[in-house]
Amino acid sequence: MTEITHHLPENLIIAYAACRLGHAFSVAVAAHVSLCMECRARLAAHEHAGGAVLEALPKETVSHELKLRTMAELSAPARVGLPPPEHAGIYPGAVMAALKGRPPRWRALGAGIRQCILTEDLEGSLRLLHIPPAQGVPDHGHGGLELTLVLQGSFSDETGRFGAGDIQVATEDMAHSPIAGGGMPCVCLAATDAPLNFRGWLPRMLQPIFRI
Amino acid sequence: MLTQECISNVLTLSVAALLQGRVSGMNLASYKGADVTDRLPRPLSQQTTWLLDVRDNRNRAAFAQLFDFYAPRLKGMLLRAGLQSGQAEDVVQEVMLAIWRKADQFDPARAQASAWIYRIARNRQIDMIRLENRPLPDELVAAEEESIDDAAQVLALDQEGTQLRAALIRLAPEQRTVIEQAYMGELSHSEITAQTGLPLGTIKSRIRLALDRLRHDLRDLR
Ligand SMILES: [Zn+2]
Repeated sequence: MTEITHHLPENLIIAYAACRLGHAFSVAVAAHVSLCMECRARLAAHEHAGGAVLEALPKETVSHELKLRTMAELSAPARVGLPPPEHAGIYPGAVMAALKGRPPRWRALGAGIRQCILTEDLEGSLRLLHIPPAQGVPDHGHGGLELTLVLQGSFSDETGRFGAGDIQVATEDMAHSPIAGGGMPCVCLAATDAPLNFRGWLPRMLQPIFRI
Repeated sequence: MLTQECISNVLTLSVAALLQGRVSGMNLASYKGADVTDRLPRPLSQQTTWLLDVRDNRNRAAFAQLFDFYAPRLKGMLLRAGLQSGQAEDVVQEVMLAIWRKADQFDPARAQASAWIYRIARNRQIDMIRLENRPLPDELVAAEEESIDDAAQVLALDQEGTQLRAALIRLAPEQRTVIEQAYMGELSHSEITAQTGLPLGTIKSRIRLALDRLRHDLRDLR
């Protein structure tokens, strides 16, 4: 794997550590951390800061029964849950979980581009995109923040080149026109906190039909 | 393949970098030479020692110590996240039981007890409140020849954590509030913005400012 050069910004790592991110962004962060040792270490560092804040909190009164019933449970056999989904192929475990353990079911979007919507709700959307080599993705702005994690191949846009493991953080005011690199098709995980807004590709009124 | 030894090294570096408000490259040689060997060995933090006693000896008295220390604080954290008292205690119980059951996964070369418990508490909170599994990073694969507790690594990490805590306590109340809000999940960034009328950029730079203040405090320590 090529070296990762585009990382998570500090505030996203803190927000993930503190569970202040919605599900779609949490999957993107967990997936990048799975691939990137530097961000894994930064996440761990912020968990230390979180732990330090926890230790410094004033003590709340807990009921007497809480300790009794917790100590009494120690001998009980642990409930065995399902093991967390494992990394499969190019997909980290967090993505496999969003795929419910199955391979992606791709839908054609036009121009050879395919997508697989993993989740979509008021909190945001999470999708996989499959872009043929050297294919451009139409210029699009975003209603909010968009995180794009490259899982295979690469893409380039006005802001640079993104290879496998790299994550792009695109803000609201940033319109960009990514083009997939040569060689392998580019597979990306894209998380948004608002619907995408493609310009000059599909009339806006058609967007809900194509669920872009 | 990422190994645990590798991550331990970078982690120590990263805690130091956090204190300096940045993450630098991964040149470990100069870091280890300059810092770790200069320090006099001190015992591990009390909480980490209790957790190791639970892990290695299944010691219930040590677990009771952990309970007395963390349960009232975990409850405070969950109340800040907006839970009601009874609900918070249910989550506290699940977190404490997860600590008992998962203790064999605790690696003091990668985390101090409080950092490990903070993460477990957040995971259980999401799993129980949202009724969905929190998306988690893949586990690292341990290299077979690796020793579990590299003593120097454990000590170095523990001391970085202790210094971080010391620096935190010395923050001005306003800065400490910013840090607490960031890590206690009380409010999201946009919610803080709505409440205070500060633009998003301001709260972010205040967090950075507070982290920067941590760095200066640490420098004064040395
Ligand atoms: Zn990274």
